[in-house]
Amino acid sequence: MVVKSMNKLRKDFLTHLKEEIIAENIERLKDKKFKIVVHMGTCGIASGADEIKKIVDREAKRLNSKEIEIATSGCVGFCSREPMFTVEATGKEPVIYHSLNKDKVKKIFDNHIIKGQIVSELEPILKDSKLSYFYKYQEPRVLHNKGKINPLEIKDYIREDGYRGFLKALEMNDPYEIIKIIIESGIRGRGGAGFPTGKKWEFCYNAISKSGLKYVICNGDEGDPGAFMDRNLLESDPHSVLEGILIAGLAIGSSKGYVYVRAEYPLAIKTLENAINQAKKLGLIGKDILGSGLNFDIEIYQGAGAFVCGEETALLCSIEGKRGMPRPKPPFPANEGLYKEPTLINNVETFSNIPQIILNGAEWFNSVGTDTSKGTKIFALTGAVNNVGLVEVPMGITLRDIVYKIGGGIRGDKKFKAIQMGGPSGGCIPEKYLDTPVDYEKIKDTGAIMGSGGMIVLDEDVCMVDIARFFMDFIQEESCGQCTPCRVGTRRMLEILERITQGKGEEGDIEKLEELGKMIKETSLCGLGKTAPNPVLSTIKYFREDYEEHIETKLSCRRLHRKEKVKKV
Amino acid sequence: MRVIDLPKYDLKKEEIQKVDKAINKSKNKRGALIPVLQEIQRKIGFLPIEAQKKVASGLNIPEKDVYGVVTFYSFFTMIPRGKINIRVCLGTACYVKGGKRIIDRIGRELGINPGETTPDRMYSLQANRCLGACGIAPIIVINDKVCQKVDPAKVMDIIYSYK
Ligand SMILES: Cc1cc2nc3c(=O)[nH]c(=O)nc-3n(C[C@H](O)[C@H](O)[C@H](O)COP(=O)(O)O)c2cc1C
Repeated sequence: MVVKSMNKLRKDFLTHLKEEIIAENIERLKDKKFKIVVHMGTCGIASGADEIKKIVDREAKRLNSKEIEIATSGCVGFCSREPMFTVEATGKEPVIYHSLNKDKVKKIFDNHIIKGQIVSELEPILKDSKLSYFYKYQEPRVLHNKGKINPLEIKDYIREDGYRGFLKALEMNDPYEIIKIIIESGIRGRGGAGFPTGKKWEFCYNAISKSGLKYVICNGDEGDPGAFMDRNLLESDPHSVLEGILIAGLAIGSSKGYVYVRAEYPLAIKTLENAINQAKKLGLIGKDILGSGLNFDIEIYQGAGAFVCGEETALLCSIEGKRGMPRPKPPFPANEGLYKEPTLINNVETFSNIPQIILNGAEWFNSVGTDTSKGTKIFALTGAVNNVGLVEVPMGITLRDIVYKIGGGIRGDKKFKAIQMGGPSGGCIPEKYLDTPVDYEKIKDTGAIMGSGGMIVLDEDVCMVDIARFFMDFIQEESCGQCTPCRVGTRRMLEILERITQGKGEEGDIEKLEELGKMIKETSLCGLGKTAPNPVLSTIKYFREDYEEHIETKLSCRRLHRKEKVKKV
Repeated sequence: MRVIDLPKYDLKKEEIQKVDKAINKSKNKRGALIPVLQEIQRKIGFLPIEAQKKVASGLNIPEKDVYGVVTFYSFFTMIPRGKINIRVCLGTACYVKGGKRIIDRIGRELGINPGETTPDRMYSLQANRCLGACGIAPIIVINDKVCQKVDPAKVMDIIYSYK
């Protein structure tokens, strides 16, 4: 693809548009004293954000004030405190009110809005308040728009410098310059395996397509249980993902992109659809984009509920309309992908990182992080912590800081037991490794993996054999069944785990699990099988006593549990 | 499940129209099979063999391949869903917070296993993969509404409040 010379490019288009939008905003907001932003992601809505929005509308109407602007945005990441809204007053720090209900909203209107007094008894989140620690240690880069933009409004995204990274990429003389920046930045794939993104782009750039077609695919299958980073990005900042895909298309010389989104995410699909339509209307997706000669189309492809389809070669089968069966690599998708054409596959969060890398430069990106892991990573922090939510942290922060500073420690007066990272391909990290930094290699050394970002904190009440059984059950359900070690081997492992958790474990079971695990890892075809034994092996490694206790006492999880409770009293 | 276990289902006239419409819309597109099946299931609630046969001939794909795809993906179902479709999330966060107890409870109360529909076609129950709403676990989804922080002891009250 040849990008036309710069004088033809409508490069001022975005600058003008942004200025217009800002002017429009100033005009609209000039008489406003307050802006109330209701946060409406999936969790917010499930917790009643819709209803809160209605109450806010009603209250504002009751005051008959022209000084209040009401807006909505995506999620602000603090799931356990939904529903929430932010009150922004001119010239003051924003105040986030959480766990809202009708009475609280009334109180906020009566005091904060009418009298200008922050309602401190509701413990709002503001500078240095107790809950502000949830945000204090975060580094919102990918999530820089959270709470600020309405995901249904492309204008909001453009106001926050949206599509400027893409414009900058369009202005480069040679698409390879884009790839050079991505390589220099050191960014690695956020979908789990951590492959260097720049290198992958370079492979696709160099790949030769006989028909001239290349594809870009955004992997939004997000199958790991306990992970919702990608859902949030698609729901709350969909244009950042689209912009990343456009830049990739330009870099490797592709004209067609797909976003593969799992069917379990209806709001993400709806929001993304709307975003694509708006971008098309502005001429940012489609033919001759901004007068550059670049053609690029983006289409959504809905998954149909199969974990294995997150694996890239299975995903390709699925888009082609077949059962999602992984195939051996090589050939890699970069050379032989969708319909056998060169195909670039990256994760949602990976794409969402790209616009800012182009806009701010490789050095800006890798100014945070460790030697081998640059930038920030988003985690879905859930389970037994006080503060549950979506957090973005600089690589290199320790797990302890995430659990205790951001997560606010363990709920109740329970003891920490483990962090599960990486879902069914990952493992459990015990207390003694809590000072491990977030870093692809260091996490791997513990026996877990960085994974896509699910981070489930488990307390002392959880039986680790049961957790291992849970993941093995999951794998059994989701194995595509084409290779024997994965299909039969995991079934055997599950049987043993079920026996143990039912109090029917036998001497030698642990060794059998280890043996089977090793065999499955070595002989499976795809990543699903190769990593399937990890949750079992890592729990045996660190929590062998949980296994042994079951086997020795011949007690089931329930019995063992009850016994402990009695002991404590 | 084997095909012979399935009740024979004759497509109603308007259902046939919906099936045809879905097929015609995507007929000439590459990789049309899954989107077409999704649309049909959205419109008529499930994918009876009769509909699969029409899809096979309409898209010019062997019947066994259509069936293979329908059985491979967990979102597709050949059993009619109930008027009230209950999905219980069994992701990790929901599991450690009692998701299993919730689904067992519902199954016991309604007298069906996950994947089944009550004979009066009022309720159907499914175990769902992680819905990514872990922050408000454990959750269930009734039709399209997400219910958060569900207490197993009170789950039936929530369900019976839908009529
Ligand atoms: C069983 C299995 C499931 C996977 N699921 C996902 C997924 O849900 N999302 C994702 O982005 N990558 C997933 N992957 C990794 C992809 O195969 C691929 O490496 C990734 O999409 C590449 O993008 P990245 O380099 O930006 O991380 C999965 C891999 C395996 C083996």
